[in-house]
Amino acid sequence: MFRFIVRRLLQLVPTLFGLTLLLFVWLHRLPGGPETSILGERGTPALRARIRHDMGLDQPLWVQYGKFMKRLLSGDLGTSVSTHRPVTTEFLERFPGTVELTALAMTIAIGVGIPLGYYAARRAGTARDHVSVGVSLLGICTPVFFLGYIYKQIFAVNLGWFPTSGRQDVTIDATRITGFFVLDGLLTREWDAAADAFMHLVLPALTLASIPLAVIMRITRASVLEVTQEDFVRTAESKGLTNRVIRGRHIMRNAMLPVATTIGLLTGSLLSGAVLTETVFAFNGIGAFLVTSIDNRDYPVLMGFILMIAIVYLLINLIVDVSYTIIDPRVRVR
Amino acid sequence: MRAPRLRAGIAVAAVVTLAVAGCAESKRDDSSSGTSDKTLVFGVAGDAKVLDPALASDGESFRVARQMYETLIRPEEGGAKLVAGLAEKWEPDAAGTTWTFTLRKGVKFHDGTDFNAEAVCYNFDRWYNAKGLLQNPDVMYYYQTIFGGFAKNESADLGESLYKSCQAKDATTAIVQTTKVTSKFPSALALPAFSIQSPTALKQYNADNVGGTADNIQYPEYANTHPTGTGPYKFVKWDTANKTVEIQRYDGYWGEKAKTKTIIFKTISDLNARKQALRNNEIQGYDLVAPADVDALKNEGFNVLTRPAFNILYLAFNQNGPAKAALSNLKVRQALAYAVNRDAIVSAKYPSGSTVALEFQPPGLDGYNDAVTKYEYNPDKAKQLLAEAGVTNLTLKFWYPTEVTRPYMPAPKDIHELIAADLQKVGITVTPVAAKWSPDYLNGVQTGTDHDLHLLGWTGDYADAYNFLGTFFDHQTPEWGFNNPTLFGDFAKADAEPDAAKRTQLYKDLNKQIMDFLPGLPVAHGPSSLVFAKNVTGVKASPLTDEHYSTAEIK
Repeated sequence: MFRFIVRRLLQLVPTLFGLTLLLFVWLHRLPGGPETSILGERGTPALRARIRHDMGLDQPLWVQYGKFMKRLLSGDLGTSVSTHRPVTTEFLERFPGTVELTALAMTIAIGVGIPLGYYAARRAGTARDHVSVGVSLLGICTPVFFLGYIYKQIFAVNLGWFPTSGRQDVTIDATRITGFFVLDGLLTREWDAAADAFMHLVLPALTLASIPLAVIMRITRASVLEVTQEDFVRTAESKGLTNRVIRGRHIMRNAMLPVATTIGLLTGSLLSGAVLTETVFAFNGIGAFLVTSIDNRDYPVLMGFILMIAIVYLLINLIVDVSYTIIDPRVRVR
Repeated sequence: MRAPRLRAGIAVAAVVTLAVAGCAESKRDDSSSGTSDKTLVFGVAGDAKVLDPALASDGESFRVARQMYETLIRPEEGGAKLVAGLAEKWEPDAAGTTWTFTLRKGVKFHDGTDFNAEAVCYNFDRWYNAKGLLQNPDVMYYYQTIFGGFAKNESADLGESLYKSCQAKDATTAIVQTTKVTSKFPSALALPAFSIQSPTALKQYNADNVGGTADNIQYPEYANTHPTGTGPYKFVKWDTANKTVEIQRYDGYWGEKAKTKTIIFKTISDLNARKQALRNNEIQGYDLVAPADVDALKNEGFNVLTRPAFNILYLAFNQNGPAKAALSNLKVRQALAYAVNRDAIVSAKYPSGSTVALEFQPPGLDGYNDAVTKYEYNPDKAKQLLAEAGVTNLTLKFWYPTEVTRPYMPAPKDIHELIAADLQKVGITVTPVAAKWSPDYLNGVQTGTDHDLHLLGWTGDYADAYNFLGTFFDHQTPEWGFNNPTLFGDFAKADAEPDAAKRTQLYKDLNKQIMDFLPGLPVAHGPSSLVFAKNVTGVKASPLTDEHYSTAEIK
């Protein structure tokens, strides 16, 4: 197991190197450059040319790539051309928000999706099953931004239960340690700050959970249905094992493998930023900033953020692979 | 066991929530002085970029700067006319190159040091002597646009500096010498970029120490955490993780003290999210109200403030594009102008308060000329002019931007469609070209040669006709594609005229000349709006977005 993990981590190096090259070429091939968004309507050709020259964007691509790699290898991801703050700072300030949001959204999605999927499978073909499938379809079909606005209108504006925007009430003077606002509140015993940060997570997490919940529910349902029809389940039933043992040890364990893969993939994609949810809730995560950075041709941010996201994604996949062995001891990683 | 735990959890959460709510409500009022300890949270569309206004050129940085800093002269409240700021008087000598600024007495910076002529000169010298990365156009954009160059230019594109010297004659008299006469000086000093900052704080926090390389510019400590001015508010904190900037009443302010103790600017980039946050009372105001929301918000009782329009949308005719042969012909350009029904566009696509633009600057600004050729909608005349020009089967590439709205251009695609339909009515074939505002569109129309017609506009930086007319037409650009040395020469003459009345006349002549030469068609002036909660009053909308929140009162 240890060797497997080390080998997988080593495999990251060539993957990331290839990714930097591909990204660099692709980004610099996009028409336009950062000078346009910097200058806006004021962009005279002379000013544009000066900015491009000063930034070295008029140099051959391989020279620019060489400079980027030199900086990267010394551990420096550069500075955002639009905010002039280090890319690492920008990332570390936003990523905890994305993680908090993903964690709560996935908790909701898994906590509701798996039981619902199991429930639907056990009652396959009944009206309750149809209702569950229908609800999950609705989750997939409803546009996220629309759902966000609806939740805000009902639970924030009309009922006043939750806030509509941001990560924390602006009048709370909270101490920041890790950048995870809820965690920081708990660590510093600023309970009001923790509770408030949590309240700010609820609506965006509910919105963000809609699609993963539906996907997990459907995969669980299909997987449970398939496993239920397996011979070993019938054998277990004929042996007279209790329902609890059959469900827990035989059906769920076997049915969970595809669900775990799906959860891993979904978590990875949520961690790469939820553009719409972040925008609708003015939530400072990495998604919306990445999109703005594409518009601004903020090359350092794009390169840095995408690299970090790739690392996170690969690590999550590694965790999923390892989790297989726990769910199903027959699976061995080598 | 579970149920009691759950109940206990809910109880704790409820207590915490109530405590938070209680804290938010416990604000004191001091009605005798008209000030309160309340907090106003204002929603803005984007983050400020930097808090040292000398390094800023974006609206959100300027919005914060306007509360914390002051300039020597400033636009009047709610208008564009220049009035006293930190200088009570300012006078030129006969040649127009030596300006005497008589400064306000008893003004102190937020760090307790005195504001005086030496501080003023320190700021001028700081801008002038900027070196290295500070000379990057992305860093000190406004200084180099207005003053042209530095003490030691590090780029061949920079010219001679307009600034020559500053002398502190006594504590309240600063004498600034310029190398030539220009309309930009002193009117551009009202820009927040020329705010007077505390020399002590600038030195203490290394304000000029911009680090890194040109592709890796890092702002110094001063610009992010120690902005120090003389304004009614002082800096408290910039919470980049939660996207807020907090400022607090400066009790040592020389003028009327800020009415509301704390202002927090909170970034909510999505328009609808700002609206919902206002309705939920998370913010008590926001800027850039969608034109379609103005009436709805008013009906709900919110205080919607509409700024007088200080901008322009124009339809540019490129004389060096695919159809350069046709568009270089004045008759064709006139035909295009007569073909477009601007009244219909303004009444259909602009909010109330908008007007048809008849020249390339807003009315109310010195130099506006009532006697320019007006090109009232007349499709028959357009057809006739095209026939006279001998142009048939004219096909024009007409660019418009996507994913953008501007107060001068609330619905680019719709405006494009209306104009295209008008042109088609007079027999012109339009090939629409849609491009994403940044960078594709701006790149295409500002540097390319593939556009015949395009929509673009400008929002004025300061109250001077040159800031509109000169920006568009004082030199040859790929955007317009023409070379008109007479026009360029007349701009230089107007800019260098020291006598204000004579200069105004020269601008009037220029407006006439431009509208006869017709490089494009001015389309509309569109106002923008900001909104405050029902219980917030006192802020006055400014055409230059020079709003001061120190007068905001929460009832």
